[in-house]
Amino acid sequence: MKKIWLNPSVLASLLLALNAAAVMAQPGQSEFAPVNELTPAEQLPAAPLVIAAYAFVWLAFLFYVWTTWRKLGKVEEEIGALSAQLAKRRP
Amino acid sequence: MRKAFVPLLGAAGFIFLTAPIIIARAPFESTMGLVQKIFYFHMPPAMLMLLSAIFCGLVSGAYLVTRRPVLDWTASAAAELTVLYGSIALVTGPLWARKAWGVWWQWDARLTMSLLMWMIFVAYLLLRRYGGNGSETLAAGLALFGMATSPFVYLSVNLWRTVHPLTSVVPTLPVDFAFPLWYAFTGFLLMYLALMTLRVTLERQRAALDQLFLESDE
Repeated sequence: MKKIWLNPSVLASLLLALNAAAVMAQPGQSEFAPVNELTPAEQLPAAPLVIAAYAFVWLAFLFYVWTTWRKLGKVEEEIGALSAQLAKRRP
Repeated sequence: MRKAFVPLLGAAGFIFLTAPIIIARAPFESTMGLVQKIFYFHMPPAMLMLLSAIFCGLVSGAYLVTRRPVLDWTASAAAELTVLYGSIALVTGPLWARKAWGVWWQWDARLTMSLLMWMIFVAYLLLRRYGGNGSETLAAGLALFGMATSPFVYLSVNLWRTVHPLTSVVPTLPVDFAFPLWYAFTGFLLMYLALMTLRVTLERQRAALDQLFLESDE
């Protein structure tokens, strides 16, 4: 008896059929759920993230300008005091 | 140099105040929607972090050759601004990623390389702060090393598989996306220049104070 299942085209057809059966065997979506019924962890609105990003940029710059300006003021104050001290010492 | 600070800060402030209006009018990106608008505050500081690292490296190299104090002050200011802009990029990026990728952080090539570069410049600042005498020379060497990482940060998205958008995104942006991006970039650049003038002035005044202390000891 000729072994028909060893024929490459039959083997290919069998593999295709098995693959199709596997795909068809996957469970379908049993229900549709509205987005507002997702758990809070899955619902992620974008607006707070955008606002947080923009606010962080402003805060970072304001903080940097404020701290650098304060340091500069302190150094200039010390320069003024030391210059006055040196001017007094000079004959 | 200090005279330029207020006009530069004013111009940058104006752009930062008006940019949200222009960004809000830009179209929503098809797959990411609203959260993609973080891009306009994320890409400019990230790009300026890279440029600032290169600038810091070049100025540090020039300082090692010439030993001119003004170059050292400028390199120190550039390193601090690299860390500042890097911090902004590393905070705004995860805010965008949380919605776009579903995670705050991904150890992919671009993100990891950017974090490493940021850490090199944090190390630079710590070295300047606690390194004692001669730390400016060591820090200049470190800045050259930091600069050397910048091409890897930029090209990482093209060299390795990554979830981060590729470098081809920005040059191919439609005008509706490109205009708000370059408008915001101008604001970040003007702010960079303003902060640079302020920071270099601080270093100059510190040097003047040190000189006065020396005179008062004599």
